[in-house]
Amino acid sequence: MSEKKTMRLTLKVWRQNGPQDQGRFETYELDNVNPDWSFLEMLDILNMKLVREGKEPIAFESDCREGICGTCGFVINGRAHGHLHKTTVCQLHMRHFKDGETIVIEPFRATAFPVLKDLIIDRSAMDFILKRGGYISVNVGSAPDANTIPVPKHNSDRAFDFATCIGCGACIAACPNASAALFVSAKITHLALLPQGHPEREKRVDEMLTAMEEQGFGGCSNTYACEVECPKGISITGIARANLEYWRAKLKGN
Amino acid sequence: MMEKLWKDGRTLDLETDSRIPDGPVEEKWTRYKGTVPLVSPANKRRFTIIVVGSGLAGASASATLAQLGYNVLLFTYHDSPRRAHSIAAQGGINAAKNYQNDGDSIWRLFYDTMKGGDFRAREANVYRLAEISPQIIDYSVAIGVPFAREYGGLLANRSFGGVLVQRTFYARGQTGQQLLLGAISQVLRWWNEGRIKIFPRHEVLDIVLIDGHAKGIIARDLITGELKRFAAHAVVLATGGYGNAYFLSTNAVNSNATAIWRAYKRGAYFGNPCFVQVHPTALPETHEYQSKRTLMSESLRNDGRVWVPRKKGDTRHPNEIPHEERWYFLEEWYPAYGNLVPRDVASRAIKRVCDMGYGLPPTGRAVYLDLLDAIKEQGKERIDAKYGNLFEMYEKITGESPWEVPMKIYPAVHYTMGGLWVSYELQTSIPGLFAIGEANFSDHGANRLGASALMQGLADGYYILPYTIGSYLAHRLGEKLPDTESEEFRKTEQEVKERIERLISVNGKTPPDEFHMKLGHILWDKVGLSRSKESLLQALEEIRELKKEFWKDVKVVGDANTINQELEKAGRVADFIELGELITIDALHREESCGAHFREEYKTEEGEPLRRDDEFAYVAAWQYNGEDNPPILNKEPLKFEAIKPTVRSYK
Repeated sequence: MSEKKTMRLTLKVWRQNGPQDQGRFETYELDNVNPDWSFLEMLDILNMKLVREGKEPIAFESDCREGICGTCGFVINGRAHGHLHKTTVCQLHMRHFKDGETIVIEPFRATAFPVLKDLIIDRSAMDFILKRGGYISVNVGSAPDANTIPVPKHNSDRAFDFATCIGCGACIAACPNASAALFVSAKITHLALLPQGHPEREKRVDEMLTAMEEQGFGGCSNTYACEVECPKGISITGIARANLEYWRAKLKGN
Repeated sequence: MMEKLWKDGRTLDLETDSRIPDGPVEEKWTRYKGTVPLVSPANKRRFTIIVVGSGLAGASASATLAQLGYNVLLFTYHDSPRRAHSIAAQGGINAAKNYQNDGDSIWRLFYDTMKGGDFRAREANVYRLAEISPQIIDYSVAIGVPFAREYGGLLANRSFGGVLVQRTFYARGQTGQQLLLGAISQVLRWWNEGRIKIFPRHEVLDIVLIDGHAKGIIARDLITGELKRFAAHAVVLATGGYGNAYFLSTNAVNSNATAIWRAYKRGAYFGNPCFVQVHPTALPETHEYQSKRTLMSESLRNDGRVWVPRKKGDTRHPNEIPHEERWYFLEEWYPAYGNLVPRDVASRAIKRVCDMGYGLPPTGRAVYLDLLDAIKEQGKERIDAKYGNLFEMYEKITGESPWEVPMKIYPAVHYTMGGLWVSYELQTSIPGLFAIGEANFSDHGANRLGASALMQGLADGYYILPYTIGSYLAHRLGEKLPDTESEEFRKTEQEVKERIERLISVNGKTPPDEFHMKLGHILWDKVGLSRSKESLLQALEEIRELKKEFWKDVKVVGDANTINQELEKAGRVADFIELGELITIDALHREESCGAHFREEYKTEEGEPLRRDDEFAYVAAWQYNGEDNPPILNKEPLKFEAIKPTVRSYK
C-alpha cells in the first residue's frame, strides 16, 4: 500500500444474452485502475461507466464480498476465481495484475451449469444433490445436551475442514470432466466424521452419489484440478473418503 | 419546524398490542407455551406459510414449520438459500450453558443483554432469548455443526464484548457459515420431503393484504422479470437488517430493506429505526469506489489490543514503537472490560482518538488492532486455530500480514437493532405478518452484544415463531387459501408493476449505485456514530433533495423482462432513501443518548452517553401516514419489572 500507480487494462469479457444466445467476447479498455480495488469493484466501476454511456452493464453475481457466501465466481485467464491460491473472485485484488495486461473473463463452464446471462450461471444442480441426504434427520426439540457425546477434537477439526465448502462451483468448473466429486465428498466426509452423522451414512452416500450422476456431472479421474482451485482449500482426500464410505455402504448391503 | 416532522400517535398497550404474558419474567415463556392455542397436526397440513429470506431466522423457521407439518414457501433473491448473509457472521453464538463453570446463567445472559442494549429492549423478549439459548447449541450439534472443541472432546468457548464470562460457542471464524449451513441442511431435508418449496432468485416486492391481514406476496422472478402472486395463510419476513442504507457497511452488497419497507408502507410499524450498530473493527476505507467494509471479528479483541501511537502523526513502523509509547486507550479508559467493551463503546472511543488527531496515517481514520503480543505469549499454533482464517482474509484484502504487522481497523455500519415492530409473538402490527431475526426490532435494545445475532435469529426461527404463529392460525381453521385472482392481489401487482415502469421511465443519466453512495455519505456523516440536532436536520434536507434528484435522474438500462441488476438496485435504493429519512427523523426525535444512538447534546462530562429514562424509556413504533404526511409516532412503554436500569458503565 505504498505509492499508488494506476494501471491500464484490456478486458475481454464473455457476453451472452440468455441461455439460447450463442455468446461472444467483447473487449473493454479500462484506465486508472487502482491496485487497491478488488476485481469486482473494478467491474462495478466499468459497469457504472457503461450505464452512463447507455450500454448494458456486464451481468455478474456477488453478495458478501468477503469470500464466504459462494455467490461470485467466474474464470479469469483460464483459472476459476483467478490465479491467486485459495481466493474467491471478490477477494482478489487488482494489485495482483500488471499494467497493460489483457484479462480474459468468462463464466464457469459445465453441462450442469447453464449460462443465464453473461457471467451468471445456474448452479441449482448443486442443491439438488445436497437435498438427497446432505443432512442429519434430527427434529428441533429432540436434541440431547450438546456435551453428551464427546467428539475427538481432531475429528471435529477435520469435519470443519470439509464443512467449510462455500458451494461456489469452482471445483466443477476446473474439472475437465465437470465432476462434482469434491463438492459432494466434502459434505459426505463432514457428516461421516461426526458421530451424529453415522445413523444415515450408508443411505447418504448412496443417494448423493446417485444424485450427482442424475444432475449431469461427470466422474472423477483424479486430475486434482478441483483441489487446486478450491478457494477454501478442501482436500481431495475427501473424495477418497467418500469412496471409502461408498464401499463401506456396499459391503453392509446398502 | 420540528413539530411538522412527525405526528404524535398512541401509547401501545402491553397486553393487547405487545401481548406480553403475565407473571414474573422467568415464567412468562413457560406460561405462554402452556396456554397458547395449538393447531392439530392434521390442520397444520392445511395451512400454507410464506417465509421471505433464508438466513438463520428464515431457514430455521422454514425447517421447523415444515417439521410441524405446515406447508412452507421459502423465497430468496439468491440463487441458493445457502448464500444469505448470516453466512458471513464470524465470531460466534452466545448461550447460557455455563460449561466453563465461570458463573454464567440464564439470568446473567439476560442481564448482560439488557445492559448491553442500554435498557431499551423489552424485558420479556430478552429473558426468553436467554432461556432458549442453550437449546440452540444442543440442536446445532445434533445436526452436525462442527463447533470448536477441547482435547477432551467437549465444546470450547470464548468471550465477546460487554461480558465477563466465556459463553460464546464458535467454529473458527466461520460460525455463521456453519450454523447457517446447518439450518439450510434442514431446509433441504424438508424440501426433499416435499414440505418446503424453495423459490430462489425471487425478490419480494410487496405484501398483499386482504381485510387488513397479510395473505400473500408479489415477487419478481429475477431471471424472467415476471411478477408473480403467491397466497398464504400467514407471511413471515426474515429479510435481515437495513445497514446497507449507509451504502458502505459490513452487509452483503445485495442486502436490502425492500420487503420490510413495503410492509411498513402497508401499515406495519417500524421500531427504533435510528438504532444502527457501528462495529468497531472493520477494515478501513481505502478508496472511493469501495463496495463494502469487511469485518474483522470481535473475537479478535479476546487477544488483540487496540492502540495508537502516543505521539500524534508518528510515522514510525508500528513494530518500532515501544510499548510505553503506545496508547492502549480502551484499556486505559475501561479497565474492567478493557479491549472487550461493547461495540458502541469501542466504536465511539476509536472515533474519539481519531478526532483528537491520533488516527493512523495516511487517512487519520484507523487504529491498530494488534495480536503480536498474543502470538508471542500463546504461540502461532493457538492463534492460528482461533483466528487463522481472519488473518488470511486480512492479508488478501490489504496485502499485509497480521502475523508480522498489527492490523489497521476503523468502525463500520454492521447491524440494525431497529426493524419492524413486533409483539411478544413476533407478529407485526399487520395481523398475519410476522418478522423474525434482524428484520425485527425486538431483543437488542439500542446496542447488540457480539455473538447475539446468531442466537436471536435461531431462537426466533427454531423455537419461538413455530409456537407463536399457531396462536394466529388456531383461530383460522378451515380458512381457504386466498385466491390470487382476487382484487387485492391484482391491485397490489399492478402497483408493483407501475413502480417498476416508473423507475425505468425516468431514463436519466446517473446509475443507481451513485445515488446509493450519496445517500451513504449523508447518513454516515450526519446520522452515524454521533448525531446532533443540527447534523440531523441537515441530513433530512439533503435526503429529501436526493429523493427528488433520484426520481428525475436515475438511469436504469435495459427492460424489466429479463435479468436486470440495475433495475433491482434502483428499486432497493429508492426504498433506502425513504428509509434513510425515517432513520433521521427517529434520531431527531430521540433527544437522549443510548447505546448506538449518540446525540452530541446528551452526554456526561466524561463524554459517555446520557440516557433520559424519564422521557425516552419507550420503543418508537413509527406508522406510515401517506406519501406526503409526516409519520405517526406510537410509543410502547418499556416497563422494567425484573431489573433496574442503571447507568451503563464498563469502567
